[in-house]
Amino acid sequence: MILQLLGQVSDPEVPVLSILDLGIVRSWRKDENGVEVVITPTYSGCPAMDTIEADIRKTFLEAGFLHLEVRTVLDPPWTTDWMSEEGKEKLRAYGIAPPESGSADKRTLFGKEEAVRCPHCRSLQTEVVSMFGSTACKALYRCKDCLEPFDYFKCI
Amino acid sequence: MENPLLSYTLFLADNSLITGQRLSEWCGHGPILEQDIALSNIALDHLGQARMLLQYAAEQKGEGWTEDRLAYFRDEKNFRNLLMTELPKGDWGYTVMRAFLYDTYHFYEMTSLLQSKDKQLRAIAQKAIKEIRYHAQWSAEWVIRLGDGTEESHQRIKRSLVELWPFTGEFFETDEAASGLNANGIAPSYTHIRTQWNAKVEEVLALATLERPADGWMQSGGRKGAHTEHMGYLLAEMQHIPRSYPDAQW
Repeated sequence: MILQLLGQVSDPEVPVLSILDLGIVRSWRKDENGVEVVITPTYSGCPAMDTIEADIRKTFLEAGFLHLEVRTVLDPPWTTDWMSEEGKEKLRAYGIAPPESGSADKRTLFGKEEAVRCPHCRSLQTEVVSMFGSTACKALYRCKDCLEPFDYFKCI
Repeated sequence: MENPLLSYTLFLADNSLITGQRLSEWCGHGPILEQDIALSNIALDHLGQARMLLQYAAEQKGEGWTEDRLAYFRDEKNFRNLLMTELPKGDWGYTVMRAFLYDTYHFYEMTSLLQSKDKQLRAIAQKAIKEIRYHAQWSAEWVIRLGDGTEESHQRIKRSLVELWPFTGEFFETDEAASGLNANGIAPSYTHIRTQWNAKVEEVLALATLERPADGWMQSGGRKGAHTEHMGYLLAEMQHIPRSYPDAQW
Protein backbone atom coordinates (compact mmCIF):
# COMPACT_ATOMS: atom_id res chain seq x y z
CA MET A 1 0.00 0.00 0.00
CA ILE A 2 2.70 2.47 1.07
CA LEU A 3 4.89 1.43 -1.86
CA GLN A 4 1.95 1.96 -4.20
CA LEU A 5 1.30 5.46 -2.82
CA LEU A 6 4.98 6.41 -3.07
CA GLY A 7 4.93 5.20 -6.68
CA GLN A 8 2.20 7.77 -7.39
CA VAL A 9 4.45 10.69 -6.42
CA SER A 10 6.31 11.84 -9.50
CA ASP A 11 9.23 14.16 -10.20
CA PRO A 12 7.70 17.59 -10.95
CA GLU A 13 10.23 18.25 -13.74
CA VAL A 14 10.11 14.81 -15.36
CA PRO A 15 6.62 13.49 -14.55
CA VAL A 16 7.26 10.09 -16.17
CA LEU A 17 9.55 9.27 -13.23
CA SER A 18 8.30 8.43 -9.76
CA ILE A 19 10.35 9.16 -6.64
CA LEU A 20 10.85 5.39 -6.36
CA ASP A 21 12.38 5.29 -9.87
CA LEU A 22 14.73 8.11 -8.83
CA GLY A 23 15.89 6.37 -5.66
CA ILE A 24 14.91 9.40 -3.55
CA VAL A 25 12.99 7.30 -1.02
CA ARG A 26 15.44 5.78 1.46
CA SER A 27 13.03 3.97 3.73
CA TRP A 28 9.56 4.06 5.26
CA ARG A 29 7.95 2.82 8.44
CA LYS A 30 4.37 2.31 9.52
CA ASP A 31 3.29 1.75 13.11
CA GLU A 32 0.43 2.70 15.43
CA ASN A 33 1.68 6.33 15.51
CA GLY A 34 1.49 6.78 11.75
CA VAL A 35 3.78 6.64 8.75
CA GLU A 36 7.33 7.93 8.42
CA VAL A 37 8.96 8.37 5.00
CA VAL A 38 12.67 9.11 4.75
CA ILE A 39 13.89 10.87 1.61
CA THR A 40 17.22 12.18 0.42
CA PRO A 41 17.80 15.21 -1.86
CA THR A 42 19.31 14.78 -5.31
CA TYR A 43 21.28 18.01 -5.86
CA SER A 44 21.94 20.40 -2.95
CA GLY A 45 19.93 23.21 -4.50
CA CYS A 46 17.28 21.14 -6.25
CA PRO A 47 14.12 23.28 -6.10
CA ALA A 48 11.89 20.28 -6.81
CA MET A 49 12.55 18.70 -3.39
CA ASP A 50 10.12 21.04 -1.58
CA THR A 51 7.42 20.19 -4.12
CA ILE A 52 8.16 16.48 -3.79
CA GLU A 53 7.80 16.65 -0.01
CA ALA A 54 4.50 18.51 -0.35
CA ASP A 55 3.29 15.97 -2.91
CA ILE A 56 4.13 13.06 -0.59
CA ARG A 57 2.07 14.68 2.16
CA LYS A 58 -0.85 15.34 -0.21
CA THR A 59 -0.84 11.78 -1.60
CA PHE A 60 -0.83 10.18 1.85
CA LEU A 61 -3.42 12.58 3.29
CA GLU A 62 -5.79 11.86 0.40
CA ALA A 63 -5.33 8.13 1.04
CA GLY A 64 -6.42 8.67 4.65
CA PHE A 65 -3.04 8.65 6.43
CA LEU A 66 -3.47 11.57 8.84
CA HIS A 67 -0.22 11.06 10.75
CA LEU A 68 2.65 11.34 8.32
CA GLU A 69 6.22 12.43 8.91
CA VAL A 70 8.65 13.13 6.08
CA ARG A 71 12.29 13.20 7.12
CA THR A 72 15.26 14.25 4.94
CA VAL A 73 18.68 12.63 5.39
CA LEU A 74 21.95 13.60 3.72
CA ASP A 75 24.02 10.53 4.43
CA PRO A 76 24.65 8.41 2.34
CA PRO A 77 24.48 11.01 -0.45
CA TRP A 78 22.14 10.39 -3.38
CA THR A 79 23.77 8.95 -6.48
CA THR A 80 22.50 8.20 -9.98
CA ASP A 81 23.48 4.59 -9.20
CA TRP A 82 20.19 4.45 -7.25
CA MET A 83 18.07 5.14 -10.31
CA SER A 84 16.18 2.00 -11.33
CA GLU A 85 16.62 0.41 -14.76
CA GLU A 86 12.92 1.03 -15.29
CA GLY A 87 13.49 4.71 -14.48
CA LYS A 88 16.33 4.89 -17.01
CA GLU A 89 14.13 3.38 -19.70
CA LYS A 90 11.34 5.87 -18.92
CA LEU A 91 13.85 8.74 -19.27
CA ARG A 92 15.03 7.45 -22.62
CA ALA A 93 11.47 7.15 -23.91
CA TYR A 94 10.79 10.71 -22.70
CA GLY A 95 13.76 12.00 -24.76
CA ILE A 96 16.33 12.43 -21.97
CA ALA A 97 19.51 10.34 -22.14
CA PRO A 98 19.78 8.42 -18.83
CA PRO A 99 23.01 8.39 -16.74
CA GLU A 100 25.43 6.13 -18.56
CA SER A 101 27.40 4.25 -15.97
CA GLY A 102 28.89 4.62 -12.50
CA SER A 103 28.61 7.73 -10.38
CA ALA A 104 30.94 10.72 -10.73
CA ASP A 105 32.85 9.46 -7.70
CA LYS A 106 34.51 6.96 -9.96
CA ARG A 107 35.61 9.73 -12.32
CA THR A 108 38.70 11.75 -11.54
CA LEU A 109 38.80 15.53 -11.72
CA PHE A 110 39.14 16.50 -15.41
CA GLY A 111 38.52 12.90 -16.43
CA LYS A 112 36.79 12.04 -19.67
CA GLU A 113 33.02 11.68 -19.74
CA GLU A 114 31.79 8.44 -21.33
CA ALA A 115 30.13 8.49 -24.75
CA VAL A 116 26.43 9.26 -24.44
CA ARG A 117 23.86 7.62 -26.70
CA CYS A 118 21.33 9.87 -28.47
CA PRO A 119 17.85 9.07 -27.08
CA HIS A 120 16.28 9.88 -30.45
CA CYS A 121 18.34 7.97 -33.03
CA ARG A 122 20.57 5.87 -30.68
CA SER A 123 23.82 7.10 -32.28
CA LEU A 124 27.02 7.42 -30.22
CA GLN A 125 28.21 10.35 -32.36
CA THR A 126 27.22 12.92 -29.77
CA GLU A 127 28.97 15.91 -28.24
CA VAL A 128 28.62 18.08 -25.13
CA VAL A 129 27.31 21.59 -25.59
CA SER A 130 27.39 22.37 -21.87
CA MET A 131 27.67 20.23 -18.73
CA PHE A 132 24.91 22.38 -17.23
CA GLY A 133 21.60 22.11 -19.04
CA SER A 134 18.00 22.97 -18.34
CA THR A 135 18.28 21.92 -14.69
CA ALA A 136 21.14 21.32 -12.25
CA CYS A 137 20.97 17.54 -12.82
CA LYS A 138 21.17 17.63 -16.62
CA ALA A 139 23.78 18.44 -19.26
CA LEU A 140 23.08 19.65 -22.79
CA TYR A 141 24.27 17.47 -25.68
CA ARG A 142 23.77 17.45 -29.45
CA CYS A 143 23.69 14.50 -31.82
CA LYS A 144 25.92 14.77 -34.87
CA ASP A 145 23.89 12.16 -36.73
CA CYS A 146 20.25 13.23 -36.40
CA LEU A 147 21.30 16.82 -35.44
CA GLU A 148 18.85 16.97 -32.52
CA PRO A 149 19.82 18.50 -29.16
CA PHE A 150 18.96 16.52 -26.02
CA ASP A 151 19.34 16.61 -22.25
CA TYR A 152 21.60 14.09 -20.51
CA PHE A 153 20.99 13.14 -16.88
CA LYS A 154 24.46 13.60 -15.37
CA CYS A 155 26.21 10.90 -13.37
CA ILE A 156 26.68 11.93 -9.79
CA MET B 1 34.44 34.27 22.01
CA GLU B 2 32.40 32.23 19.57
CA ASN B 3 32.46 28.46 19.53
CA PRO B 4 35.14 27.43 16.96
CA LEU B 5 32.90 24.84 15.29
CA LEU B 6 30.16 27.44 14.82
CA SER B 7 32.65 29.97 13.40
CA TYR B 8 33.99 27.38 11.00
CA THR B 9 30.51 26.26 9.91
CA LEU B 10 29.58 29.90 9.25
CA PHE B 11 32.85 30.42 7.32
CA LEU B 12 31.92 27.53 5.01
CA ALA B 13 28.26 28.58 4.81
CA ASP B 14 29.02 32.25 4.05
CA ASN B 15 31.53 31.31 1.34
CA SER B 16 28.80 29.32 -0.41
CA LEU B 17 26.07 31.89 0.21
CA ILE B 18 28.01 34.90 -1.06
CA THR B 19 29.45 32.96 -4.02
CA GLY B 20 25.92 31.86 -4.98
CA GLN B 21 24.62 35.40 -4.63
CA ARG B 22 27.36 36.87 -6.86
CA LEU B 23 27.04 34.18 -9.55
CA SER B 24 23.26 34.74 -9.66
CA GLU B 25 23.94 38.24 -10.98
CA TRP B 26 24.79 36.63 -14.32
CA CYS B 27 21.28 35.20 -14.68
CA GLY B 28 19.86 36.81 -17.84
CA HIS B 29 23.18 38.49 -18.65
CA GLY B 30 25.39 35.63 -19.80
CA PRO B 31 27.34 36.04 -23.05
CA ILE B 32 25.51 33.08 -24.63
CA LEU B 33 22.38 31.24 -23.51
CA GLU B 34 24.04 27.93 -22.63
CA GLN B 35 26.57 29.62 -20.34
CA ASP B 36 23.90 31.84 -18.77
CA ILE B 37 22.05 28.64 -17.82
CA ALA B 38 25.27 26.93 -16.73
CA LEU B 39 26.16 29.69 -14.28
CA SER B 40 22.61 29.88 -12.95
CA ASN B 41 22.72 26.15 -12.21
CA ILE B 42 26.15 26.46 -10.60
CA ALA B 43 24.87 29.34 -8.46
CA LEU B 44 21.94 27.15 -7.43
CA ASP B 45 24.34 24.37 -6.31
CA HIS B 46 26.21 26.92 -4.15
CA LEU B 47 22.98 28.19 -2.61
CA GLY B 48 21.88 24.62 -1.87
CA GLN B 49 25.17 23.95 -0.10
CA ALA B 50 24.81 27.24 1.78
CA ARG B 51 21.38 26.11 2.98
CA MET B 52 22.69 22.82 4.38
CA LEU B 53 25.54 24.61 6.18
CA LEU B 54 23.34 27.44 7.47
CA GLN B 55 20.84 24.87 8.78
CA TYR B 56 23.70 23.19 10.67
CA ALA B 57 24.90 26.56 12.01
CA ALA B 58 21.36 27.45 13.12
CA GLU B 59 21.08 24.09 14.89
CA GLN B 60 24.33 24.85 16.75
CA LYS B 61 23.15 28.33 17.74
CA GLY B 62 19.76 27.13 18.95
CA GLU B 63 17.52 29.82 20.51
CA GLY B 64 15.18 29.98 17.51
CA TRP B 65 17.87 30.70 14.91
CA THR B 66 17.03 29.50 11.39
CA GLU B 67 18.87 29.41 8.05
CA ASP B 68 16.81 32.39 6.87
CA ARG B 69 17.53 34.46 9.94
CA LEU B 70 21.26 33.82 9.52
CA ALA B 71 21.21 34.70 5.81
CA TYR B 72 19.00 37.79 5.98
CA PHE B 73 19.33 39.33 9.43
CA ARG B 74 23.06 39.27 10.15
CA ASP B 75 25.00 42.50 9.68
CA GLU B 76 28.16 42.76 7.58
CA LYS B 77 30.58 42.39 10.46
CA ASN B 78 29.07 39.01 11.36
CA PHE B 79 29.67 37.44 7.97
CA ARG B 80 32.77 35.23 7.75
CA ASN B 81 33.23 34.71 4.01
CA LEU B 82 36.49 35.02 2.10
CA LEU B 83 36.92 38.46 0.51
CA MET B 84 37.30 36.92 -2.94
CA THR B 85 33.71 35.71 -2.92
CA GLU B 86 32.25 39.19 -2.44
CA LEU B 87 34.21 40.92 -5.22
CA PRO B 88 32.03 42.31 -8.01
CA LYS B 89 30.99 40.12 -10.91
CA GLY B 90 33.33 41.79 -13.41
CA ASP B 91 33.47 40.61 -17.01
CA TRP B 92 33.17 36.97 -18.11
CA GLY B 93 36.93 36.35 -17.84
CA TYR B 94 37.01 37.81 -14.32
CA THR B 95 34.10 35.59 -13.30
CA VAL B 96 35.61 32.36 -14.67
CA MET B 97 39.06 33.14 -13.27
CA ARG B 98 37.62 33.86 -9.82
CA ALA B 99 35.46 30.75 -10.08
CA PHE B 100 38.49 28.65 -11.07
CA LEU B 101 40.69 29.90 -8.19
CA TYR B 102 37.89 29.41 -5.66
CA ASP B 103 36.43 26.15 -7.10
CA THR B 104 39.85 24.46 -7.05
CA TYR B 105 40.32 25.49 -3.41
CA HIS B 106 36.74 24.45 -2.59
CA PHE B 107 37.30 21.03 -4.20
CA TYR B 108 40.36 20.20 -2.08
CA GLU B 109 38.75 21.67 1.05
CA MET B 110 35.62 19.50 0.66
CA THR B 111 37.71 16.45 -0.25
CA SER B 112 39.54 16.87 3.05
CA LEU B 113 36.26 17.33 4.92
CA LEU B 114 35.20 13.85 3.75
CA GLN B 115 37.45 12.68 6.60
CA SER B 116 36.06 15.09 9.19
CA LYS B 117 35.23 13.70 12.62
CA ASP B 118 32.14 15.91 12.62
CA LYS B 119 29.29 13.76 11.27
CA GLN B 120 27.25 16.60 9.78
CA LEU B 121 30.18 18.35 8.06
CA ARG B 122 31.19 14.99 6.65
CA ALA B 123 27.68 14.33 5.30
CA ILE B 124 27.50 17.81 3.75
CA ALA B 125 30.96 17.39 2.19
CA GLN B 126 29.94 14.03 0.70
CA LYS B 127 27.01 15.73 -0.98
CA ALA B 128 28.82 18.89 -2.05
CA ILE B 129 31.96 17.26 -3.50
CA LYS B 130 29.97 15.62 -6.30
CA GLU B 131 28.70 18.99 -7.50
CA ILE B 132 31.96 20.86 -6.93
CA ARG B 133 33.77 18.43 -9.21
CA TYR B 134 31.62 19.70 -12.09
CA HIS B 135 32.14 23.35 -11.06
CA ALA B 136 35.93 23.00 -10.97
CA GLN B 137 35.98 21.31 -14.35
CA TRP B 138 33.76 23.97 -15.92
CA SER B 139 35.76 26.94 -14.64
CA ALA B 140 39.15 25.38 -15.49
CA GLU B 141 38.02 24.67 -19.05
CA TRP B 142 36.93 28.30 -19.46
CA VAL B 143 40.25 29.61 -18.10
CA ILE B 144 42.07 27.47 -20.65
CA ARG B 145 39.76 28.53 -23.47
CA LEU B 146 40.18 32.26 -22.72
CA GLY B 147 43.86 32.11 -21.77
CA ASP B 148 44.84 30.08 -24.82
CA GLY B 149 42.31 32.00 -26.91
CA THR B 150 42.61 35.20 -28.88
CA GLU B 151 45.07 38.01 -28.17
CA GLU B 152 42.25 40.03 -26.59
CA SER B 153 40.86 37.21 -24.43
CA HIS B 154 44.38 36.38 -23.25
CA GLN B 155 45.16 39.98 -22.22
CA ARG B 156 41.85 40.44 -20.43
CA ILE B 157 41.93 37.22 -18.44
CA LYS B 158 45.61 37.83 -17.61
CA ARG B 159 44.57 41.18 -16.11
CA SER B 160 41.86 39.42 -14.08
CA LEU B 161 44.35 36.86 -12.79
CA VAL B 162 46.72 39.60 -11.61
CA GLU B 163 43.86 41.53 -9.95
CA LEU B 164 42.52 38.45 -8.15
CA TRP B 165 45.82 36.95 -7.02
CA PRO B 166 46.18 39.09 -3.83
CA PHE B 167 42.91 37.57 -2.61
CA THR B 168 44.15 33.97 -2.73
CA GLY B 169 46.37 34.10 0.34
CA GLU B 170 43.31 34.41 2.56
CA PHE B 171 42.14 30.93 1.45
CA PHE B 172 44.81 29.25 3.57
CA GLU B 173 44.91 31.40 6.72
CA THR B 174 44.75 29.67 10.07
CA ASP B 175 44.33 30.95 13.60
CA GLU B 176 44.17 29.36 17.05
CA ALA B 177 40.56 28.24 16.68
CA ALA B 178 41.23 26.66 13.27
CA SER B 179 44.30 24.87 14.56
CA GLY B 180 42.21 23.54 17.43
CA LEU B 181 39.62 22.17 15.05
CA ASN B 182 42.37 20.58 12.97
CA ALA B 183 43.87 18.94 16.05
CA ASN B 184 40.42 17.46 16.79
CA GLY B 185 40.13 16.07 13.28
CA ILE B 186 37.17 18.29 12.49
CA ALA B 187 38.73 20.78 10.05
CA PRO B 188 41.44 19.95 7.49
CA SER B 189 45.00 21.24 7.31
CA TYR B 190 44.93 24.28 5.09
CA THR B 191 48.68 23.95 4.57
CA HIS B 192 48.04 20.64 2.84
CA ILE B 193 45.21 22.17 0.81
CA ARG B 194 47.53 24.98 -0.29
CA THR B 195 50.02 22.45 -1.69
CA GLN B 196 47.30 20.66 -3.67
CA TRP B 197 45.82 23.97 -4.85
CA ASN B 198 49.19 25.31 -6.01
CA ALA B 199 49.86 22.20 -8.09
CA LYS B 200 46.46 22.22 -9.80
CA VAL B 201 46.48 25.98 -10.43
CA GLU B 202 49.94 25.85 -11.98
CA GLU B 203 48.88 22.95 -14.19
CA VAL B 204 45.80 24.73 -15.53
CA LEU B 205 47.48 28.14 -15.90
CA ALA B 206 50.23 26.49 -17.96
CA LEU B 207 47.59 24.99 -20.29
CA ALA B 208 46.01 28.45 -20.50
CA THR B 209 49.45 29.96 -21.43
CA LEU B 210 49.17 32.21 -18.38
CA GLU B 211 51.93 33.02 -15.94
CA ARG B 212 51.36 32.43 -12.24
CA PRO B 213 51.70 35.84 -10.54
CA ALA B 214 54.34 36.21 -7.83
CA ASP B 215 53.04 35.96 -4.28
CA GLY B 216 53.08 39.43 -2.75
CA TRP B 217 51.02 41.13 -0.07
CA MET B 218 47.73 39.31 0.47
CA GLN B 219 44.33 40.75 1.35
CA SER B 220 42.74 39.52 4.55
CA GLY B 221 39.92 40.12 7.04
CA GLY B 222 36.88 38.15 5.88
CA ARG B 223 36.94 35.64 8.72
CA LYS B 224 36.90 38.52 11.22
CA GLY B 225 34.02 40.30 9.52
CA ALA B 226 36.24 43.04 8.04
CA HIS B 227 34.89 43.10 4.51
CA THR B 228 35.59 45.07 1.34
CA GLU B 229 33.58 48.07 0.13
CA HIS B 230 31.58 45.69 -2.09
CA MET B 231 30.00 43.66 0.71
CA GLY B 232 27.59 46.37 1.87
CA TYR B 233 25.99 46.68 -1.57
CA LEU B 234 25.73 42.90 -1.95
CA LEU B 235 24.02 42.51 1.42
CA ALA B 236 21.69 45.45 0.81
CA GLU B 237 20.41 43.76 -2.33
CA MET B 238 20.25 40.30 -0.78
CA GLN B 239 18.64 41.31 2.52
CA HIS B 240 16.42 44.29 1.87
CA ILE B 241 13.16 42.47 1.13
CA PRO B 242 13.11 40.24 4.23
CA ARG B 243 14.30 43.18 6.32
CA SER B 244 11.55 45.43 4.89
CA TYR B 245 8.86 42.82 5.58
CA PRO B 246 10.23 40.83 8.52
CA ASP B 247 6.89 39.24 9.35
CA ALA B 248 6.08 38.15 5.79
CA GLN B 249 4.98 34.53 5.36
CA TRP B 250 5.63 32.64 2.13
